[in-house]
Amino acid sequence: MSGINDFVVKFATVNGSGSASANGIFAKTLFRMGIPVSPKNIFPSNIQGLPTWYEVRVSEAGYLARRDGIDLMVAMNPQTFREDLGEIAPGGWLFYDSTLPRVWPRDDITVLGVPIAEMCAAKWKDTRQRQLFKNMVYVGALTALLDMDLKVLESTVADQLKGKEKLVAANMEAIALGREYALKHFDCPLPIRLRHAEGAKGKILVTGNDAAGLGALYAGATVCAWYPITPSTSLAEAYERYAKRLRTGKDGRRLYGILQAEDELAAIGVAIGGGWNGARSFTATSGPGISLMSEFLGLAYFAEVPVVLFNIQRGGPSTGMPTRTQQSDILSCAYASHGDTKHVLLFPANPTECFSMGAEAFDLAERLQTPVIVMSDLDIGMNEWVTDAFAWNDAHAHDRGKVLTAEQLDKFKELKGRDWGRYQDVDGDAIPYRTLPGTHPTKGAFFTRGTSHDENARYTEDGRIHARVIDRIRRKFDTAQGLVPKPEIAIRDKGGKTGLIYFGATTPAVREALDLLEREGIKVNALRIKAFPFTREVVSFCAMHERVFVLEQNRDAQMRSLLMTEADVPGAKLIPALNYDGMPLTAEFVRGAIVTRLQPAQAAAE
Amino acid sequence: MSYIAKPSAHHPALPKNALGLTRRDYEGTMSTLCAGCGHDSITAALIEACFELDLPAHRIAKVSGIGCSSKAPTYFLSRSHGFNSVHGRMPSITTGANLANRDLVYIGVSGDGDTASIGLGQFCHAVRRRLNMTYVVMNNGCYGLTKGQFSATNDKSSPSKKGEANPFEAIDLCQMAIQLGAGFVARSFSGDKIQLIPLIKAAISYNGFAFLDVISPCVTFNDHPTSTKSYDYVRAHNMASENKLDFVEEKEEITADYAEGTSTSVMMHDGSRLVLHKLDEQHDPRDADAAIMAIRSNAAQGKVATGLLFVDESQQDMHDILATDRRSLNALPMSELCPGSKALEAINARLR
Repeated sequence: MSGINDFVVKFATVNGSGSASANGIFAKTLFRMGIPVSPKNIFPSNIQGLPTWYEVRVSEAGYLARRDGIDLMVAMNPQTFREDLGEIAPGGWLFYDSTLPRVWPRDDITVLGVPIAEMCAAKWKDTRQRQLFKNMVYVGALTALLDMDLKVLESTVADQLKGKEKLVAANMEAIALGREYALKHFDCPLPIRLRHAEGAKGKILVTGNDAAGLGALYAGATVCAWYPITPSTSLAEAYERYAKRLRTGKDGRRLYGILQAEDELAAIGVAIGGGWNGARSFTATSGPGISLMSEFLGLAYFAEVPVVLFNIQRGGPSTGMPTRTQQSDILSCAYASHGDTKHVLLFPANPTECFSMGAEAFDLAERLQTPVIVMSDLDIGMNEWVTDAFAWNDAHAHDRGKVLTAEQLDKFKELKGRDWGRYQDVDGDAIPYRTLPGTHPTKGAFFTRGTSHDENARYTEDGRIHARVIDRIRRKFDTAQGLVPKPEIAIRDKGGKTGLIYFGATTPAVREALDLLEREGIKVNALRIKAFPFTREVVSFCAMHERVFVLEQNRDAQMRSLLMTEADVPGAKLIPALNYDGMPLTAEFVRGAIVTRLQPAQAAAE
Repeated sequence: MSYIAKPSAHHPALPKNALGLTRRDYEGTMSTLCAGCGHDSITAALIEACFELDLPAHRIAKVSGIGCSSKAPTYFLSRSHGFNSVHGRMPSITTGANLANRDLVYIGVSGDGDTASIGLGQFCHAVRRRLNMTYVVMNNGCYGLTKGQFSATNDKSSPSKKGEANPFEAIDLCQMAIQLGAGFVARSFSGDKIQLIPLIKAAISYNGFAFLDVISPCVTFNDHPTSTKSYDYVRAHNMASENKLDFVEEKEEITADYAEGTSTSVMMHDGSRLVLHKLDEQHDPRDADAAIMAIRSNAAQGKVATGLLFVDESQQDMHDILATDRRSLNALPMSELCPGSKALEAINARLR
C-alpha cells in the first residue's frame, strides 16, 4: 500500500455538476503544499450528464505519470459505481455519498460513507447550491482523511473565487461540513496522507495549451486564426486572454488580431496570409483539422511562407476519441499535403516546453520560410502539469529570417553580386530572400504561387527547373537540422546495448519506468526526440545500440517509420512499443514493454 | 499560366498620372487567356482604374484562387505583390494579409467556380467580416480551365455549348453579398468599360467589403447564342443604360450638368464620390431590400441589373470591429509585442 505523499486519488463524478472546479482546487492545494501532483482529467465528449473522472497522483519522488491502482476512489457517480469499485487497489478506500447506503461487494477495501446529499439538503435551501456544494463537502472530508493543510486550501479557494468573497465563505462552510463529519466518524488521517514537501517548490501548475498560447505571444505573434476543436481550443483562447491583458494599447486598441474562422481551411489560410505579409501568424488545431489544412500546408511549403501550427493531438482516426490523447499524427504532419512535402515538427514534453518551443517555432518558421508544426497532445495540452517556471531571456533577438528592406533591395546586387530573385539560393543554405508587399516602389514585387515556378517566381512547366526548385527546398531541411532543438539523451549504461527513443507526453512515464528497471538491474539508455528533421544525435544513438525501443502512442509505429525512412535506421533494430488506448501513459506500460522483450521468461512468470 | 513578359518600351508621349506613371506601368505580363476573353477586358479596366486613381502599385496586393480568372492578377500590376493561392481560398489568404497589414489596397480576383462553388463558404465569411478589400468575380458561368462544365452561377435556363440543359438553380452572388452585409455591391459587364472603370475605382476607394460581380463571357465555352452569359445576350439585356456612373475624386468638382433629381451621389470613405445618373426612380442604392428586389425583378424578365446595386456609406471594416491598432500589425516593433521577463515572472507567480 502506498503511503505518505505517495498515492492516487480518483474522483468519479458527472460532468456539468461543478466537480471540475472542486477537483481543481484539491489538486492546486496539494501543489501549494509543495507536493508534486499530476491531475489527469478523463472527460467525455459531452457538456452535461455523462461520467467524468479526475485522477490525481501524489508523488513526493516526483513521478508524475498516471498510475493504475487507485488508493482512494471518491465515487460520486452511481452510473459508474461498478467499474470504479473494480479499479481500487486491494487495501484501498472507497469514499461515497451514503445518503442512500449501499453494500459494496469487496471485502479488501475500506468504505467511507458520508451522507453528503442529506447534509447539503439540511444546510442549503437552493437546489443549485445543494448540488454544487456537494463537491466542496467531499473536498472538506478529504482535508481530514488526507491531512490537507486547511490554510493552504482556504487561500486556494480565495484565489479561485477572487472578487466573489461571499462565495469563498460559503465554500469554506461546505468544506467545514465535510471535514467535521469525517473527523467525527472516521479514524483520520488515513495511512495515505499528505505532508508539506519541497518537490513542487518553485514550479508552476499550468496546462500546455495555456503555455503554448503564451509562447506565441512572447514570440510576437500578431495574427491568430482558429476554429474550435477539442483539445486545441483552449490554446487560442489562452493567447487571446494573455494578449488582451498584455497587448492592449493605452487607447484600448489591440496589438494583435485574432479571428475565429469559419473552418480549419480558413484558419490556416488566414495564418498563411498573415505570414506572407510579414506578421507572425499561427493557428491551432487537432487531427481532423490537420486533414483539412493539408492542402494549404502544401502551398505554404512550396511557396515558402512561414506559418506556425499547433497540433494538439487526440485519438484518431476520423473523429476518433476527441477527449482522449494520442501521438498519432506524426506521419500525417511530417508529410502533410500531396506531392513531395516535408515539415519541421517540434515535440514539447511538458507545458514549459510548450512555452519555449511555442516561441521558438516562430523563429524557425521565419528563418526557414516554411510551416512549423508544434506537436503537443491532449495530455500535455489540457491537463495541468507541475512544471518548471517559464523563463524568457530579454536579450533574445527574435529571428525574423531573410526579409529584405527597401534599402537592402537597392543594394542587393552590390552586396550579393547578383540580382534579387525570390527563390534564388544566394547563401548556399537553400534559404532564399523574401520581400513583403509594400516595401519598395519598383523592386521586390513577385507573384507567390502554388504552381511550379523558377528561381524568380515565374510560372514554369519546365521539368528541369521544377526539379531544381524542389531539390533546393529539400535542402532547406539540411539547414533545419542544424537549427532545431537537439534531443535529450540519458545514458544509464555506457556501452549498453539497449536504447529507448521516446518523445512528448510519455516523458514522465519513461523516467519512472527506467528507474524501476534500473532497480531491477536493467539499465536502458534513452533519447527523447525534440524535433523533426532528426539531428545527427538521433542517428548515432540508434547506431550505438543493438536494439532500440521506440515508444509512441499510436498503432502503426509512426515515429519508427519516420526513423527508418528519414534517418536510415534499419527496421530490424527498432522495436515498437505502442500504446493507443487514449489514456495518459503509465510507467508500468513502458516497463512491461521492455521487460517482455528483454526477459520473456521473467515476464511470463509475472 | 505561362509567363511572357511584355516589352517595357513605350511611346514617350503616353499620358502620366499624378505619380508620373503611365498606364504601361500598371500592366503585367502578357495574357495567356483565349483571344476575346472577357477577363482581359476586366484586367484592362483594373489597370485603367489604378492608373486613374494614382495608386502606387507597390501598395496594392493582388490575391486570387485557382482558375482562368485567378490567373488574371499576373496580367496587371507587375509592380505589386501577388498571391495565387489555392482553389476557393482567396478570401482567407486576403483576411490574413489584411490583418497583418491594414495599409495596403487588396484586390481579390476570383471566378464563379472559385467563389460560388468551392469557395462559397470563404466568400460568405469574408463578407461577414467586412474585410476591407475589392472582391472581383470574373463571372462566366462555366469552368474554363477544365473545359466548359457548368458553374453554380450559370442560369438554370442557360444550356451548355453542346445544348445540355443546366438542371440546377443559379447562385446570385450579388444577392448573397447584400444579404450577408457587404457594404458595396455592384454588378457590371466586361464589355462595358464606361460603367466598369468607375465602379472599380469606387470599390477600391470604399473602406470595407466591396463586391464586384462582372459578367465576363467565356468565348470558348459559354458564348453561344443560347447562353445567358454570352456577349450578345448581356448586351441585349443589360440594364446599365438606366444606371450611368461617374467616379469623382475628392479633389475634383462635379462639373457635368444633369437635370435635378436625375442624379445621386454616394460618398466613399476617402471623400471621393460615385455619381449615379438617370437612375431608375425606384432604385435607392442605400436600400438593401430594394437592391435585392431590383436584381430579382430584372432577372425574372431575363434582364441583368448592373451598376451600383447597394452601398452602405458608414460601414465599419474588420479592423474597426476587432479594434486593432491603427498601425499595421506587421510593422509593430518586437519591443511592443513581447512582454518580457518581468511580466513573465508575474505570470509565473499567478500559476503558483
